Amino acid sequence: MFVAIIFFLIIIASVIFHIWSPWWWTPVASNWGNIDSTIELTFWITGSVFVAVCSFMSYCVWRYRYRPDRKAEYKPEDKKLEIRLTALTALGVIALLAPGLVVWNKYVTVPENALKIEVVAYQWGWNYRLPGDDGILGTTNISLINDENPYGLNPEDPNSKDDIIVMDADLHLELNQPVKVELRSYDVLHNFYVPQFRAKMDTLPGIVTFYWFTPTRTGDFEVLCAEYCGTGHYAMRGKVLVDEKTDYTNWLAKQITHEKMLAQNKENKKLLIAEIKN
Amino acid sequence: MDEENNNSKIETKAADSSSGSYVTPANSTPVSEIPEQELYHAKSFWTRWVFCQDAKVIGVQYALTATAVGLIGLVLSWGMRLQLGFPETFSFLGPATYYQSVTMHGMIMVVYLLTALFLGGFGNYLIPLMVGARDMVFPYLNMVSFWMFLIAVLVLISSFFVPGGPTGAGWTLYPPQAILPGTPGSEMGIVLMLVSLSLFVIGFTMGGLNYVITILQARTRGMTLMRMPLTIWGIFTATVLALLAFPALFVACIMMTLDNLLGTSFFMPEIFTMGEQLGTTGGSPILFQHLFWFFGHPEVYIVALPAFGIVSDLISVHARKNIFGYRMMVWAIVIIGALSFVVWAHHMYVSGMNPYFGFFFATTTLIIAVPTAIKVYNWVLTLWRGNIHLTIPMLFSLGFIVTFVNGGITGLFLGNVIIDIPLSDTYFVVAHFHMVMGIAPLMVIFGAIYHWFPLISGRHLNQTLGKIHFWISFVGAYAIYFPMHYLGFIGVPRRYYEMYDSPYMTTGVGLNQFITVAALIVGFTQILFLYNIIHSAFYGEKSEKNPWKANSLEWHTPEMPPAHGNFGKDLPVVYRWPYDFSVPGIDREYIPQHVSPSEVPTAKVEKT
Repeated sequence: MFVAIIFFLIIIASVIFHIWSPWWWTPVASNWGNIDSTIELTFWITGSVFVAVCSFMSYCVWRYRYRPDRKAEYKPEDKKLEIRLTALTALGVIALLAPGLVVWNKYVTVPENALKIEVVAYQWGWNYRLPGDDGILGTTNISLINDENPYGLNPEDPNSKDDIIVMDADLHLELNQPVKVELRSYDVLHNFYVPQFRAKMDTLPGIVTFYWFTPTRTGDFEVLCAEYCGTGHYAMRGKVLVDEKTDYTNWLAKQITHEKMLAQNKENKKLLIAEIKN
Repeated sequence: MDEENNNSKIETKAADSSSGSYVTPANSTPVSEIPEQELYHAKSFWTRWVFCQDAKVIGVQYALTATAVGLIGLVLSWGMRLQLGFPETFSFLGPATYYQSVTMHGMIMVVYLLTALFLGGFGNYLIPLMVGARDMVFPYLNMVSFWMFLIAVLVLISSFFVPGGPTGAGWTLYPPQAILPGTPGSEMGIVLMLVSLSLFVIGFTMGGLNYVITILQARTRGMTLMRMPLTIWGIFTATVLALLAFPALFVACIMMTLDNLLGTSFFMPEIFTMGEQLGTTGGSPILFQHLFWFFGHPEVYIVALPAFGIVSDLISVHARKNIFGYRMMVWAIVIIGALSFVVWAHHMYVSGMNPYFGFFFATTTLIIAVPTAIKVYNWVLTLWRGNIHLTIPMLFSLGFIVTFVNGGITGLFLGNVIIDIPLSDTYFVVAHFHMVMGIAPLMVIFGAIYHWFPLISGRHLNQTLGKIHFWISFVGAYAIYFPMHYLGFIGVPRRYYEMYDSPYMTTGVGLNQFITVAALIVGFTQILFLYNIIHSAFYGEKSEKNPWKANSLEWHTPEMPPAHGNFGKDLPVVYRWPYDFSVPGIDREYIPQHVSPSEVPTAKVEKT
């Protein structure tokens, strides 16, 4: 009796906790609101299975608790019941999987008007690169990285000249402009994750990974590294600021292109060498 | 030796059994085809208790070693929880130590505690007894298996004492960070971890071959595969999985050791770190992840399948009812085992692998829910119309059902690729896998220990302490991990040393403190359990033979605890499955496996 009641209470408490939990999603700030609705659907289906199975278990514990005069039923199999339960479960699984795969298909299909930007991860911080007027990011190579060319951009590639370099942890994005984030890492695995955007993907040395989203709300959003990357992992933060068009254009105008940065770096180096000689 | 002599022995035996005291139904019990194995009988203290070839002693050795190292894992978790719950009050862990604790806790619990305890511990103790064999088929190899395991454990522990300390790469050991200086323990720690894992795999392979061959070849007469207790089916399938999956871990360990010590580039692409080019080229970090999870996912089932099997037997015995849908249960175990090899990349949805893999792996992963759900239905349907004794093993089995269903359904979230995108690498994942492969299997381990302790020691564990242990462990663990999912919804990432300065995450502070307090209470309750074991082993209430009135062979040995060789002069002959409880038509409540139909002529049993 006591045991069955406690088990039942745990189930009730779980449901109440879920309904009244103050701990829940931050309001979504991207087009991936349908991920949230897929989760809602999954909650309904799996939650009812949990409540049904565990309540039934508690009921059995109460109803068929030991009595000396009771004899358990002897029934090794019930084919019909087993087939029915299997079919029902299969239906439930299809109901979970099908909408999930539809949304996943959207997630991996980047729209054509998406602005390609690059996020660069290193131990332990974030930098960014925007494509400039031509809309194309110049090619890169890890082996080209040095003090003058910190991003390892290919100087032979004409597309790299007007690339805009954001050597800062803050990235600005324009409201309602789809972006394709191309992720690159210099050293180890990282993961570019803004909880409010719901999207994430690892960055790896050696390959470029990507995902896309459309910011749908202005504001400041914290970037968290979501793939363990060494002792400084927890401190690897950045910020994404979603701006209205005018604010965004103002910010963009203040950034420098790769060509300019290379020239500046060369100049600085000359000055430095001259200083040392003197 | 002389073959003739052997042959004549077999014939005598065959003649014996057909004209013996029991009447053999013509088609059900074939005569013995091979002579019994000769056992090495220990002559000294050393060969009896230390370098012992008796699978039962080896099982206990495995269990004790695994428990000892598991306690280290438990203590490490306290340090982590104090840091997460009360970072200002308890600031004794720095970030490096925190990450080393995370790593060692994870690896110890998954491999050195759970795998070793289920397969090495319960496997060794139960397989020969339950299938009606005198011992494992290769007793000497079995002994070597344990000593390899012990060496692996010692190498692992030694990494706490080398310069730089143990590795802090996370239990997944992802390169390149695992072997680069930005990660704690990247000097000797990671090498010792990789060596220890390699030794573990070598030792396990010896044991694993033993378990599989014993189950396939050394079953007593009449013990058909479809009459084996589900415990044996679970351990058997899990061992097959382990024999196929561990080699992937083994090669990954060897390759990473080479990358680390000889400067090869299996997993290392071009890398620019700490202001310089590393000089590696052409390797792939994702390759390691594929190898790791090709092992890592079956590993989940290597832990889960023995738990599934054992809990089926516990529920059936203590509800005095046959397990519902035995054949379906067997097939579900086998199908889950097979499917577990084609779902591994669901751990890698955000790894940067080809995104189209997501469609395939989400589908296979959710399909695995069907046989798993069938098992859950059959457990509760076994309770239905049973006569449920609320013994401690039964309580733990009920605790298992609740935690496993809970942890299983959150797996449906994470397996569905698009839902995994926001949830991966958050506390939702931490809560999910602790619930489903930490707490649920532990519930079974505890239940199994309370169940088989009388067989091992001849004494009962203290019931009152046992009930306290159950309620605090079960309710406490549920209170730790159920709310933890909701931290994941907020977006709190896992493996963060500290983080509650983000405005929307400060809401999680109170919850984290609650979890820490609950974790400490549950942790300290395990001391009560250990006390109970040690005390009861010497002073516990003496148990009569077969105290739970079970049917499987291990309870029907001539002596209890069973002696070396298990079954006295003659091996038992099996006539039925181990689930003939409450059979209609007769007075006795249960019919052990070795009772022939002629002894219970009126029993209306179904053919098994």
